Amino acid sequence: MTLVATAPQRTRDASADVRAGLHPALTRFALALAGLAVLLGLWWIGTDILPPEGSFARKFSPGTAIPTLGSLLIGSDLPVHILVSLKRVLVGLLLALAIGVPVGLAVGSWSKLNEATSPAFQFLRMISPLSWMPLAVMVFGVGDPPIYFLLAFAAVWPILLNTADAVRKLDPSWLRLSQSLAATRWETLRTIIVPGVLSHILTGLRLAIGVIWIVLVPCEMLGVSAGLGYFILDTRDRLAYSELMAVVLLIGFLGFLLDMSARALYQLAAPGSRQPRVS
Amino acid sequence: MLANDAVLAAKGIGLRYPGQSANLLSDFDLLLRRGEIVSLLGPSGVGKSSLLRVLAGLQQSIDGVVTINQNPVQGVHPRVAIAFQDPSLLPWLTLEKNVAFGLDFKHQPKLSAAERRARVDVAINEVGLSHARSLYPSALSGGMAQRTALARCLARKPEILLLDEPFGALDEVTRSEMQQLLLKIVRDFDTAALLITHDIDEALLVSDRIVLLGGGPAREVGHWTIELPKPREDYVAELGALRVEVLTTLRRAMARRH
Repeated sequence: MTLVATAPQRTRDASADVRAGLHPALTRFALALAGLAVLLGLWWIGTDILPPEGSFARKFSPGTAIPTLGSLLIGSDLPVHILVSLKRVLVGLLLALAIGVPVGLAVGSWSKLNEATSPAFQFLRMISPLSWMPLAVMVFGVGDPPIYFLLAFAAVWPILLNTADAVRKLDPSWLRLSQSLAATRWETLRTIIVPGVLSHILTGLRLAIGVIWIVLVPCEMLGVSAGLGYFILDTRDRLAYSELMAVVLLIGFLGFLLDMSARALYQLAAPGSRQPRVS
Repeated sequence: MLANDAVLAAKGIGLRYPGQSANLLSDFDLLLRRGEIVSLLGPSGVGKSSLLRVLAGLQQSIDGVVTINQNPVQGVHPRVAIAFQDPSLLPWLTLEKNVAFGLDFKHQPKLSAAERRARVDVAINEVGLSHARSLYPSALSGGMAQRTALARCLARKPEILLLDEPFGALDEVTRSEMQQLLLKIVRDFDTAALLITHDIDEALLVSDRIVLLGGGPAREVGHWTIELPKPREDYVAELGALRVEVLTTLRRAMARRH
């Protein structure tokens, strides 16, 4: 009796699993689309429905911004500005990594250094990078160098602090393992500490990308003649409001892509975190 | 019973907790021969793990000498492999790479890439995980993880296996499988194994000899050796009596402590 009753139960469970495997991903995608649609709807209501005919706000309508974005991407020098901005992001990130990772490793492995530097780091971290702008221009002159400095300064903290935290969180049993294999300090660093902290560094990198992308635009409003920030000011000066909104839209979209690639990098470089259990 | 057929010999070992004046353990002797499993049995806090660390060359003892093949131990010996209760697999490496881990380290014997691959293959086969070699540790069950840790030891062709409660965290069925696997490994690899355990039945089942450590931090730890009859299959009938003997010895030791 029980046997007979169990058999169909199993089949039902199996089909439920299949449905469950398909459902969440689809639901998530649909929800994300719905959220974006609501955002677009609010934008439209704010510029096209609520303001009266002929109002200034109508110039910012999505109805003109989205087609303008298309024509800008094809028929203007906007792609060059995008590349200039992305290059700045890349240089800023590389500088931040070059400084943040070694310093983070040192701070994380030596607790006295951590205690000595922690207040100073917290102090510096809480100063908006933008407030260094005049100083950066005075020291580095006009052009790319002050922007690199400001971006690196903004991005170094999440990388540094996440790296240091990762070293402190290393599993002591991994270190015991390397000890029992008579590993040299270099071998321990290369085979245990660096890969062990890598996923945390990538988390820091992702946060850093977020910060850098936010700091980039105001930085580019200063003494340079290319880049997305410059382009925004330029559209304002030309009273080209649909172009302004198009670039705002573009900045959001590019930031989204950057974050997505950071996440993809994480999945790629930190394998083993997602694999179904097999027995 | 000659001392010179021993792979590992410890003589007059003394242990002391840092900051204490009295020894925890004094005059401890141990011989470990090829193909032999010796269990170190005793309640927690009697210095079993510290003793293992000393034998492994991970730690210095207060007194005494440890020799491996008649040579005094200095640091971790390349032919000694250690497994702990925590399999400590590296989550970013596949099972196969975990087993190969450390084979190319500077202080390990030099092997060509082909030799390393061959050793890894043999080790993974021995523990029966050939089907899972490309899986990551997050996909392994507790028993599979511990098998992987054993394979990592075997890849180094150890003369001596030091096992610190390697099966302590496993469920009973898996544990008994692992005990059978240990017997097979010692036979196949002709190695010597020292097993730390607090499970009397496990000690009786797998070992040729049981070394009992009793007492506690309050007082010096005593040690007794119980030779188990051979061959192993013959003493199933005596198991009950042996169990009583072990228990009585341990109880007497614990009573002395108060």
